[in-house]
Amino acid sequence: MAKMDRGKRPLSPHLSIYRPQITSISSIFIRITGNALLISTLLLVWWLSAAAIGPKAFSVVDFVITSWFGDIVMVLSLWALWYHSLGGMRHLIWDTGRGLELKTAEAMGWAMMLGSLILTFLTIWFLNG
Amino acid sequence: MSTSKSGTGHFLEMTISSIALLALIPLFIVIVGPVIGEDYEVVTKYFSRPFPAIVFAITMTIVLLHFKSGVVTLIEDYVDHPARRLWIFVMSCVSYLSIALVVLATLRLAI
Repeated sequence: MAKMDRGKRPLSPHLSIYRPQITSISSIFIRITGNALLISTLLLVWWLSAAAIGPKAFSVVDFVITSWFGDIVMVLSLWALWYHSLGGMRHLIWDTGRGLELKTAEAMGWAMMLGSLILTFLTIWFLNG
Repeated sequence: MSTSKSGTGHFLEMTISSIALLALIPLFIVIVGPVIGEDYEVVTKYFSRPFPAIVFAITMTIVLLHFKSGVVTLIEDYVDHPARRLWIFVMSCVSYLSIALVVLATLRLAI
């Protein structure tokens, strides 16, 4: 590769001309959900650490977690957790060499989207019921 | 860190931790979920029991190890040298320090 062309060549993937497909969208959301889950993970680390320290430390994190901000983070994280889990299952299936046909791969992408929403509602219903 | 040297190890890390998490995450939601948002007395008493403490400690530890492997891939894809090493170092510190806090907190609440 000639080094002098480097600056002119477009970077892959060519996002500006790339037609969104369920396979690529469902894939990038695995990455987004997985990494964004650090926020609620750290919230839970803070939550249990504060509980171990004492009531004063706990009241701060409890205020954050039970606020409207905490509710939004927890509900989004719940969806992210289910989505990422279903996406992980898809990868484990793919790793065995199965489900790589376009139709199956696309169906699994839609199943992840729909399945994660259903599981999120079921979990909220379970936790509040 | 880079795939050219330890790709198989990284693959195994992600595969094994993801299989473990498929079992642990639903358990975590059922066992830990109901007490998130509860009062101090309820939470501390709940985690003084061995089973909830073990579910919390094991799940969070594997979650953070899985996160660490995943975020390294993210950084390798999007961050160039020389910032790449720094970011991997920072995120590794965040992951391992969090694991240490989880273990310390569960131990302290259990004893």
